Formats: sequence, C-alpha cells, structure tokens
Amino acid sequence: MSINKLYDSFDKAVADVFDGAVILIGGFGPADGCPSYLIRALYRQGAKNLTLVSNGPGRGRPAPGAPPPPGPRRSPPNYDDGGLLIQNGQVIKCVCAFPGHGRPGMMSAFHQLLAEGKMAVELVPQGTLAERIRAAKAGIPAFYTPTGAGTVIEKGKETRMIDGKMHVLEHALKADFALVRANKADRWGNLVYQGTSRNFNGAMAGAAKVTIAEVNEMVALGELNPEGIATPSIYVNRICSRKDSREEGA
Amino acid sequence: MAERLDEQTMALRVAREFDNGMVVNLGVGIPTLTANYIPEDKEVIFQSENGCLGYGRAAQTEAEQDFNLINASGQFVVGHLGMCFFDHAESFSMIRGGHIDLCVLGGLQVSEKGDLANWLIPGREPGSIGGGMDLAFGAARLIVVMTHTTKENEPKILKECSYALTAPRCVDLVVTDIAVIQVTDKGLVLKETAPGWTAKEVQALTEPKLIIPPDLKTMSL
Repeated sequence: MSINKLYDSFDKAVADVFDGAVILIGGFGPADGCPSYLIRALYRQGAKNLTLVSNGPGRGRPAPGAPPPPGPRRSPPNYDDGGLLIQNGQVIKCVCAFPGHGRPGMMSAFHQLLAEGKMAVELVPQGTLAERIRAAKAGIPAFYTPTGAGTVIEKGKETRMIDGKMHVLEHALKADFALVRANKADRWGNLVYQGTSRNFNGAMAGAAKVTIAEVNEMVALGELNPEGIATPSIYVNRICSRKDSREEGA
Repeated sequence: MAERLDEQTMALRVAREFDNGMVVNLGVGIPTLTANYIPEDKEVIFQSENGCLGYGRAAQTEAEQDFNLINASGQFVVGHLGMCFFDHAESFSMIRGGHIDLCVLGGLQVSEKGDLANWLIPGREPGSIGGGMDLAFGAARLIVVMTHTTKENEPKILKECSYALTAPRCVDLVVTDIAVIQVTDKGLVLKETAPGWTAKEVQALTEPKLIIPPDLKTMSL
C-alpha cells in the first residue's frame, strides 16, 4: 500500500466534522487563499455550533436578487468564505482579528447575528492570532507577548513584567480541523502555495487535529522541489484537488 | 487660516522619513499612499502582514490584478525583484520580533505620551484590530498620519485618549494636515507647520500644550 491522502470528493473530506467543532480557516482579504470548495462542502454537510478561527469572519453571499457590489470584481473565481457558514446558522462563535465594520443597511450575517446576541466574537490581534495557532502546532501551551499590554486585550489575562516591559499571557489555540488552501500537493501532502495566498494557510496547516488541504492540482511525488516545499507533508492529513476531486450536490 | 494639506501631500511628507534600506510596513488608508513618494535615490522594502516582503507598486490595470498578490490593505500590487512570500506566523515574527524599521499607521487619537487609538470608534463595536496592535508594539519606529482634527473640528491630539488604545506610548512622530509633531519624554514638540499655518493656530486645535522649539520649520513639500 502506498500513502495517498487525496480524497476524490470534498464532501467526503469534511464528512466527520462534528457539531461544536473548532475550525481554522485560512485566507486573507480578496487573495485566492480561501478554501472555498471545502467551505461549500461543510455548508452542505451542515455541522452546527461551530467556532470559526480566521482573519475575518467573511462576507458570505449577497442576498438573492441583490445588485452586485460596485467597483471591480474583488473575489477570485468560485469564491465562498466562512460567511456562508454564518449565513447558514452553523456558527456560534468567531475568533478573528478583523471582523470589519457593520454599516447600517450593509450588515453582514456576522454583524447581524452579533447585534442580535446570537453570535459571540473573540477579537484577537492578528499577530497574537497567528502565534496562538503556531503555538498549538508547535506544542507550546502558552506564551507571553507585549502585544495588547495596557489595552482591552489584557482584560482577564495574566500579565507579567519581563525585562522591564509588561507582557500578556496568551494560550495556544487548539482546533479540531484546519481548512487550508494551497496551489499544489503531492500524495504525501507536501504543499506549495502561490504568492500572498499562503497567509494564514501556511500557519494553520498542522495546527489542528485534522488538516484538510484544498489545492489547485496534484503533482507526482518528487515533482516538488524539496528545497521549496512550504508545508511539509507531516502537517497534512487529507487533500482535495479542484481538478481531481468533486463537489457533490453542487 | 491657510488651507489644510490633502491626503497625497501628507503622504509625500511621511515618505520624506523613508531612508535607504529601510523595511517599512504601511497601514490602511493614507499610509498606503506614501508608497507613491519613495525618494528616487532610495531603496525601501515594503513588508505586508499577509506574508510578503519587497512588493512593488499598486496594480494599475485590470490585467495587472493578481489574486495571489495583494497587500494587507487588500490592494492588488505588482511584483518586484527580490520579493519573497511567507506565512502569517513568519510575517508576525518579523513584526513582533522588532525587524520592521518603520511602520506608518492611521489614527483616531494620539495622546501627549504617544498612546495611539486607531481601531474602535465607540458605538461601532466590535472594531477591527487587524495587525495594527502588533505593529504598534513591535515596529522600531511608528509614524501616525491623520487629519489634525475630527470632522467636527475637535482635536485628535489629546492629553489622554478616550477611545480604546491600540498601544500605549508607541508613537514617535505624528504627521497631520497642518503640522509635524514629535513625541518626546518632555512632551509633544511642534517640528513643522504646514505652509501658511502658525504655531498658535496649530496649538489652538491641539489639546495638550505643544513645545515650540526655536528651529520650528515650515514643511517643505
């Protein structure tokens, strides 16, 4: 038997996501770094009471019949983000750095549910978020950082003076699943990314109990330059390929 | 009173602070405009939170827009020789580890001690921290560029910030549409005034007492 982490369907790859799971989702702004196909599979799968960990909660889809937003196209093709799961009532909490501002008349599902008290949010400075994810990946239970000392971020947390500077104790962010987006994978799970689409994906791969990678295409083992592999295969449990895996019921 | 500087002119003034070889991170808004005014004889490397060091100018045509090449403001940018990519954890090791020479951020309020508030307008919770806090704590030098007053003409440079802080005692220099002010241990020093503005006029729109040095200059633009 040879190792092969490729799943032939996105839906099968997320079938065991359970109610109440904590899920890391990669991506940043309009970059093509969002695991949109896996998000759609999770939407069809329907797991509830999820906690999403991501840079921002995502915008979701425009309301049916709503005019397209003004300006140039700002999302890559076939795009969906974590906002789709929020719109679908699958999310109870978002852990994020950049929720964006809800404007009257332009409220995203996230801001709407937040205003109604049906959504919890934990606001985390972006670097602390990345480091809490990295700490989970590296087996570090907690760490001190100056970021947030003397601000609302330190509320309820242990603080400590180190080298004459105040620091805040932050804990590793433990998650059940990581949904990450990459460009290419081999069957062992080595990943390479494209440009700024690596962002949180590279940080999240390996930081959850199960990491599922969504890639553009599979390449033969040995085709990726060992010097250039961004995420070593050990961090990846499952792979779906936009070229080779299907979206069921899509 | 003279006219206030527009955003591009404020950005041009900020860019005068760029020195050869500096690694610079730019916040959303006016800070991103400063990239248009790098002095010709200088080479500056821009770092972006989402994992890029050494990116080029903003994309100008639709053909140049690449969904795999954006900066932390969500703008499409173009590549540049020497550019490299990395993940968020690596990116914030650069930021939190003190490797960024200069950061330029926007501001809502700056206190006379150099406290910055820039992520939450009361009533617009939960606010958006983004990478601003890490940059304010981690960058070697922080410039805040903002209008000198609110739309209601209230001072934004205050004795104490009333909004939630981004970081205490982090600001080194404030560039506004009427002045350049340096934060020092002794207080705020008015270094430059915009053309046509007097120290007295700037002081009238600033809550804490400004120190007026003998070498106070008019901004050269």
